[in-house]
Amino acid sequence: MTNTNLTQRQIIEAGLKKRYRKERAFKAAGVISIIFGLSWLVLLFGDIIGKGMPAFKSTMIQLSVNLDADDLGIDPEDATTFNKGNYDRVIRNAIRSEFAEVKSRGDRRSLGRIVSSNAGYDLRDLIKENPTLINTQASVWVKADSVVDDYFKNYYSPQKPGHILTDKQLIWVNDLIDRDKVTFQFNKGFFTSSDSRDPESAGVAGALKGSVLALIVCLVLAFPIAIAAAVYLEEFAPKNRLTDIIEVNINNLAAVPSIIFGLLGLAIFLNLFGMPRSAPLLGGMVLALMTLPTIIISARAAIKAVPPSIREAAYGLGASKMQVVLHHVIPLAMPGMLTGAIIGIAQALGETAPLLMIGMVAFIVDIPQGITDPATVLPVQIYLWSDSPERGFVANTSAAIMVLLGVLITMNLSAVLLRKRLEKRW
Amino acid sequence: MKLVDNVTEHTIPKDTVGTPFSDNAEISVRNVDVFYGEKQAIHNVSLDIGKNEVIAMIGPSGCGKSTFLRVLNRMNDTIDICRVTGEIIHDGENIYAPKTDVVPLRARVGMVFQKPNPFPKSIYDNVAYGPKLHGIASRRTDLDEIVETSLTKAGLWNEVKDRLHTPGTGLSGGQQQRLCIARTIAVNPEVILMDEPCSALDPIATAKIEELIAELSTNYTIAIVTHSMQQAARVSNRTAYFHLGHLVEVNPTEQVFTNPDHALTEAYITGRFG
Ligand SMILES: Nc1ncnc2c1ncn2[C@@H]1O[C@H](COP(=O)(O)OP(=O)(O)O)[C@@H](O)[C@H]1O
Ligand SMILES: [Mg+2]
Repeated sequence: MTNTNLTQRQIIEAGLKKRYRKERAFKAAGVISIIFGLSWLVLLFGDIIGKGMPAFKSTMIQLSVNLDADDLGIDPEDATTFNKGNYDRVIRNAIRSEFAEVKSRGDRRSLGRIVSSNAGYDLRDLIKENPTLINTQASVWVKADSVVDDYFKNYYSPQKPGHILTDKQLIWVNDLIDRDKVTFQFNKGFFTSSDSRDPESAGVAGALKGSVLALIVCLVLAFPIAIAAAVYLEEFAPKNRLTDIIEVNINNLAAVPSIIFGLLGLAIFLNLFGMPRSAPLLGGMVLALMTLPTIIISARAAIKAVPPSIREAAYGLGASKMQVVLHHVIPLAMPGMLTGAIIGIAQALGETAPLLMIGMVAFIVDIPQGITDPATVLPVQIYLWSDSPERGFVANTSAAIMVLLGVLITMNLSAVLLRKRLEKRW
Repeated sequence: MKLVDNVTEHTIPKDTVGTPFSDNAEISVRNVDVFYGEKQAIHNVSLDIGKNEVIAMIGPSGCGKSTFLRVLNRMNDTIDICRVTGEIIHDGENIYAPKTDVVPLRARVGMVFQKPNPFPKSIYDNVAYGPKLHGIASRRTDLDEIVETSLTKAGLWNEVKDRLHTPGTGLSGGQQQRLCIARTIAVNPEVILMDEPCSALDPIATAKIEELIAELSTNYTIAIVTHSMQQAARVSNRTAYFHLGHLVEVNPTEQVFTNPDHALTEAYITGRFG
């Protein structure tokens, strides 16, 4: 008797060791997987941040410009003439006056190239804002050309002949530095201007606004339709073959590759209805088609999660079906529905393929003012920039990715906070 | 003659014995069958629920007590597969007649559930919900009055009068159940159906609810399902014993627990099955 008991205990103890060893191995496998995943994330973020940070800074050169109205070719009394002024010449003269000793035509041209070719537009905008500057000698900061910018950002690379400073330009730039006429400052333009051929002038404002407009259209269309569909399917639809088929199809729709929705938008909205090409309205409609099933599915889950006891309580007091739905089911399911909507919208924010199909991939310099203006969106902007050869666009690409990720994280965070807040009320 | 040894929990009873009928009926149930799809849950039940009486329904679990109770205010309408035949007469009308509207019916025959289920709203809004729903009161002062009298009748007023605008779900289980009772009486029903209202509560909270039932019975007709025979004995005037969907016996409570007419009832109350 004692003997058998002993052996049984021994068997258990012998097995215990093995069990614990397995448990440790199991834990270790989990930890290793997490470390593996995290290190990729760190690598990815490290790479993007490392590449993208320089785009948030830009090299500026201080120039003393003579804003004589006649030289500019504008009428100080008439703001409509401001657009036609010859600002480039004024800038050119200003940089030349810094280096009076430079005489030869070729040198003077190459001197002019250390200032961004868009500096004239910046000067124009400055004068539009401050017309009192006209006919004065003003000290202004203008963007340096990307070759100078690249030099400061240590991208100076002899392998790219077209993109490096010449020896003379280098001397001039260093001269300007000695005279404290060069700064390296926050690149506000990256957040206020739209796309440009020049990396130092290109910004995400146009794409960001395009994304926001498209997403607003998407949300305004998709949310009410999805909620109505979910409420009908959960609360009112009879359970029969037809509703089963609808249910299966909604689930299938959520799995359809997004480019198909782009083709659909192209065929129906563009070709059949003739809606404006490249516009956020169209983009938003296509994205709405795409996010509808996502929101419907999560809204249905949220409705299902409303405790039956609450419905019973309301029915028991004599509430009609519609009152039960409006007074209890929808308010209680709202946090879940909103979370689903934000997740759907976040998905739509990152969507590129369907928008390529409807022409939101164009080079657009103006920030869209409304939902019918041509526009592009953040992920498409990233795609466009990643295709550009200039060194500056590499930084812009990564910086735009950072902006996109920032918006995404904000949206997901707000989804979590919203749910917490709405749920905590009771 | 009772032959207790001859019955088992699988015995199917024939006719209802005792005194199922009453001269002063609030609700008259006649030949009611209830089906869930193909499965019959209630077999040919006839019973009167008298005005201002408390009738307890007892029986083994799954015998159809909840089903029977929910038939009385058509709560079972919310279950698609549920089908009812027979007649249930309330105030001279068959509540299962095609023209009957369930909304006013449920205002007149209210229900309190097994698990306290206050709305995730304030205590005030919980009680005011029914009156607002039916347009009984819309002015603030009228609503205030209804809320106060309902909570007072439910024995909850003194405990919550200082926090009427805090969530009803923040109350203790027993208080929540009394809040649900207050919510039910706020629409001034004639009948209150209670489905095991104390099964989720501790003994002290249970005692309070039982006290409350006794007080309410002066103004309301109460049908209560309970799994506790002691509770049935304490609160009810008559007791109905259900078995496998059949109504076996209806008699004054004291008689059911001391000298039941039917062998199945006796087997149940002596703990032979349950
Ligand atoms: N919603 C439903 N669908 C199908 N069958 C049900 C449903 N509700 C109850 N039943 C069945 O009806 C019978 C009676 O159930 P119920 O009335 O809940 O019994 P009790 O309340 O006495 O425990 C049981 O056999 C149960 O399985
Ligand atoms: Mg039950």
